[in-house]
Amino acid sequence: HLATSLPLPSERDHLRPRIDLIAFMIDIKSKYSLKNVEASLAHVDASFFLGKVCFLVTGVGRVNCCSVEMDAIWKLGEVYCSPMLFCELELEGVRAATAQRLLRMLQICAGHVPGVSALSFGSLMRNSADY
Amino acid sequence: MDETVAEYIRRTILKIPRDEIKTMLQKWGFLSEAQLQTINFHQIKDNISQEVVQLCEENSADIKQAAVLDIIYNHIYPNKRVWSVYQMKKAGEETEFFDLTEFKKKFKRRLRSALKNVTINFREYEDNAIWIRIAWGTPYRKPNQYKTSYVVYHSQTPYAFVSASVLKSNLPLLCQALVVASNYHDIREMELRSHSLNSLKDIVFKRYSQNFQTYCPRPLQERNVVPESADLRIIQENQNEKERIQRLNREAFGDGPQPKLEFAQYKLETMFKSDPKMDVLDRKEPFRCVVKFSSPHLLESLKSLAPAGMADAPLSPLLTCIPQKARNYFKIREKKGFCPGSFVSP
Repeated sequence: HLATSLPLPSERDHLRPRIDLIAFMIDIKSKYSLKNVEASLAHVDASFFLGKVCFLVTGVGRVNCCSVEMDAIWKLGEVYCSPMLFCELELEGVRAATAQRLLRMLQICAGHVPGVSALSFGSLMRNSADY
Repeated sequence: MDETVAEYIRRTILKIPRDEIKTMLQKWGFLSEAQLQTINFHQIKDNISQEVVQLCEENSADIKQAAVLDIIYNHIYPNKRVWSVYQMKKAGEETEFFDLTEFKKKFKRRLRSALKNVTINFREYEDNAIWIRIAWGTPYRKPNQYKTSYVVYHSQTPYAFVSASVLKSNLPLLCQALVVASNYHDIREMELRSHSLNSLKDIVFKRYSQNFQTYCPRPLQERNVVPESADLRIIQENQNEKERIQRLNREAFGDGPQPKLEFAQYKLETMFKSDPKMDVLDRKEPFRCVVKFSSPHLLESLKSLAPAGMADAPLSPLLTCIPQKARNYFKIREKKGFCPGSFVSP
């Protein structure tokens, strides 16, 4: 499901399945994109932040067009205890690899991978980012 | 043949892309087909232009023929110049029959009576367009063929498109000559400028696809609407909002391609409205500021702003009124009266 911001429109509530993973996309070329994500985060129930939220930062290939403070993005990941993925959607290889990573995360969050829970996977991702 | 003419022809040829040189020379018609056959069009442009100048030497070209070549070049590549639009007004309702020879005679006479040293050339095209090329001189110097102004006048309309180039001081003279020659009594410059001559014509002759405001009640909402995206696994949560934006955009811009403009400029002379406690400007003077939008294709980029999520729909009417008002330079002043606000000056 694609949405431009949260909260989701209520007229589609009955058509929506259970939500297993929320990926917030931030385009570093657009300040508005970061503002929009920050505003939408306020509408997410706290239980999602136990491993069912991730941030997808796009546009990292074009560093000279960067309009967003990278510090602000790192802080976002820390404050909301959620993993951060960086990618460049314009490159097909990176796009495909990122999609596969998200898919794997989704499988875990939906409970399809026995022995790994969303929370344990989330903390694994966060700790590995520090090294 | 005059050396300056030879140099002028040589430089004009150098401006033309190599693959187009042969066609343009054929359009020019000054060199015979036999002569054109002798030119090798696959060598470097420098050599091609030398060969052409040689042949022009044999045919004794003068400045008149060279000017025609220049007109042809500018007719095919008008977008290299900046064009402004002028509108003429008639005194009464008399619709006189347009006589081309009279027009040319009167135009030349008017210009030459004020300034002896001018080169004036005309060329007519199918769409009733008369192209006028003017090379300006001074009372003491021969016309400078590299400082030319162009006028494109559509005889069935009150509009003339002018590319003045550097010598702006000759503009009033040029306008006068136009008005006199075409039997109008007044001329004014419209606030409309662009590189794309055809787009200016589209705007002024209303040839772009305009949206007509029709009353369109919202269609009944269907419950299980099949999403438009090819992959049925992608579901757009904000479909209603996307459709609203598309509808508003279509109402503002119409469906067809937009005329090509490069700039929109807004000169603001409005009062600074701030919190009275801030006390930024205690003098009651308007705050002057110029906002300029530039783009390779301004109207198309404005049209794509709301669907791309970069602006809220509907866009400000100051932006969407550009083709309808036929202007891209605006002055915005304070509205005088009861309600504070701003209005666009004529």
